[in-house]
Amino acid sequence: MKQDLQHGVIEMAHGSGGRAMAELIDQLFLKHFDNQWLRQKQDHAVFQVPAGRLAMSTDSHVVSPLFFPGGDIGALSVHGTINDVAMSGARPLYLSAGFVIEEGFPLADLERVVRSMARASREAGVPVVTGDTKVVEKGNADGLYINTTGIGMVPDGIDMEPRNIQPGDRILINGSIGDHGIAILSQRENLTFDTDLQSDSQPLHTLVSAMLKSVPGIRCMRDPTRGGVAATLNELAQQTGLGMVLEESSLVISPAVQAVSELLGLDPLYIANEGKLLAFCPSGEVDKLLAAMRSHPMGQNASIIGEVQAENAGMVSLNTCFGGQRLVDWRYSDPLPRIC
Amino acid sequence: MKYVNEFRNGDAARVLAEKIAREVHPERQYRLMEFCGGHTHTIFRYGIPDLLPANVQMMHGPGCPVCVLPMKRIDAAIELAMKHNVILCSYGDMLRVPGSHRMSLQKAKGQGADIRMLYSPADALEIARQCPDREVVFFAIGFETTTPPTAVILQQADQMGLKNFSVFCNHVMTPPAIRGILEPARQSGQTILEGLVGPGHVSLIIGANPYQDLVKDYQLPIVISGFEPLDLLHSILMLIQQVNAGSRMVENQYTRAVTDSGNQKAQAMIEECFEVRESFEWRGLGELPNSALRIREAFAHLDAERRYSLTESIGQDNKACECPAVLRGAKKPTDCKLFGTSCTPENPIGSCMVSSEGACAAYYTYRSRAIPAKSFSVNSLSKEV
Repeated sequence: MKQDLQHGVIEMAHGSGGRAMAELIDQLFLKHFDNQWLRQKQDHAVFQVPAGRLAMSTDSHVVSPLFFPGGDIGALSVHGTINDVAMSGARPLYLSAGFVIEEGFPLADLERVVRSMARASREAGVPVVTGDTKVVEKGNADGLYINTTGIGMVPDGIDMEPRNIQPGDRILINGSIGDHGIAILSQRENLTFDTDLQSDSQPLHTLVSAMLKSVPGIRCMRDPTRGGVAATLNELAQQTGLGMVLEESSLVISPAVQAVSELLGLDPLYIANEGKLLAFCPSGEVDKLLAAMRSHPMGQNASIIGEVQAENAGMVSLNTCFGGQRLVDWRYSDPLPRIC
Repeated sequence: MKYVNEFRNGDAARVLAEKIAREVHPERQYRLMEFCGGHTHTIFRYGIPDLLPANVQMMHGPGCPVCVLPMKRIDAAIELAMKHNVILCSYGDMLRVPGSHRMSLQKAKGQGADIRMLYSPADALEIARQCPDREVVFFAIGFETTTPPTAVILQQADQMGLKNFSVFCNHVMTPPAIRGILEPARQSGQTILEGLVGPGHVSLIIGANPYQDLVKDYQLPIVISGFEPLDLLHSILMLIQQVNAGSRMVENQYTRAVTDSGNQKAQAMIEECFEVRESFEWRGLGELPNSALRIREAFAHLDAERRYSLTESIGQDNKACECPAVLRGAKKPTDCKLFGTSCTPENPIGSCMVSSEGACAAYYTYRSRAIPAKSFSVNSLSKEV
């Protein structure tokens, strides 16, 4: 039977393991994700991996709203996991996708999400090779949650762990901060405002690969998602027992992000990104790395934003544009919940 | 960003900082209080203390609306939400302020009370319109800046004939609070301050004129300041120049917004909707005469204090909490034993640790270098939860 993808809604049957589920998989998931592994219709995917070290990461996506300027939960769930794998220096190979769907969720919206997810996976060259669908009763979930897991291969000689970070290392970022969080905020129901700002959601693995080709000795990389640049750097400062100093004047902040932050009393340093990475680089190689980043489409606005130091162990501070200094505190929680 | 970055220019800041350094007399102490919490926030956010000579000391005043509200008023708001089963609408900062027994609106919400966080009081009217079967109360707080919006919704609710809406009024006034800080010192013959940075947004409403009497009575220069870091540095320079010249006057640095007589339309609206209470308790400053507003008889039907019988709690602050002294400028946040240990922005004990305009929160967030790195860790914080 044909599922009504235009007007139909998710029913409990779609997660029951019966014919309804098989039809949904065939007519929606397989149609968009189509590849040799999914066509086997197994509960698993079997594939060859190159010899060496593998990196693996998992991420559950609960973003609200599901559709936002510059992306949606589908593309985000692909980019998020690709980026988590890529931060190890790995080349992402395969993804899995698990869907938790609320009863009554429109099939048209589900198809829109899956289509976007499939496009993101295709563009990144990382196929979704296995998946799972669960349906929960109405009221037991907020529309749709997606979990993705990814694995990738770490090239020989690449080692990107916080323990490698040394005093004197420079801290780089591949562009503006806070775009994703503010784009989501602009769509929240109690706070809608018009902006042409888009989420920066994008897969960073090709940028990572270009950076490592230029400077294999990059010490460590992280994507500053929830809690923004401030949370990521504080976490690393704590783990390494080193201090980190940022230069406010080097931070790239779009006028829209700055304007909204001014109005609502938010600090872009704490706002989530979904297409940004922080890289720690030996000072002698920083110019080379910066040039490599800037020559990649996802790093055109890259800049050196700070430095690692032995002093002020475990803390992040900021030299303000104004000539003063302040602490960049590690906050207890992200100022904006359900951002990814 | 145009018209913002110009007021944060580092080169201009250096020039002003050099001017301040040349102006100060090394043997003299300059204790300057910024009344307003917004100024406190700017001072720390931009690292202004790093640009000032050691003998220019910024003291932080009580101009933070959530900080000065006494515990018993928060207890009353919690009672409204829990006992009277209303939809309580509040500004976000209020939610985490601890009432008695470390209860807060946030915790009440966790226990099932219907508490909504608003950015604009107009949203409270909308909620009342959409939920005709529920009683909706707006928890109105703040100085003269937030009073006119409350007046607007009182007038609108009256015109709309809304039966299920009322306002729990806690609006307070700036000049009596400044007196509350300076009067005890004058009576004991002490000088606690050399100058005062006057609030910007409050003055936009009330104008520069109400400060004239304060200058006369307390022989203290006052400079009304804008909120950008260059505004503050400029105002500090103006105060230092007055102190050195022995001058005592009201000066207006924030001329792009503040006039002598203020926003008279807003003043008229305040006058129409509110009257002065004989006395009101302030956290840290105690009972201050003629320092707060209540809803006028004409709008009595929209007054939550008249509509609901609220019990008056004792509302005792934690004895070790130094918020009262911090709010008077008598102590620094770091003088408090609880600061950064059991009192943090996540688990505030005192109100000054709650709002970003509170002196303790500003210190903790931007300045607390003396705190060992460990106490920032999520683990050590989660133990207290």
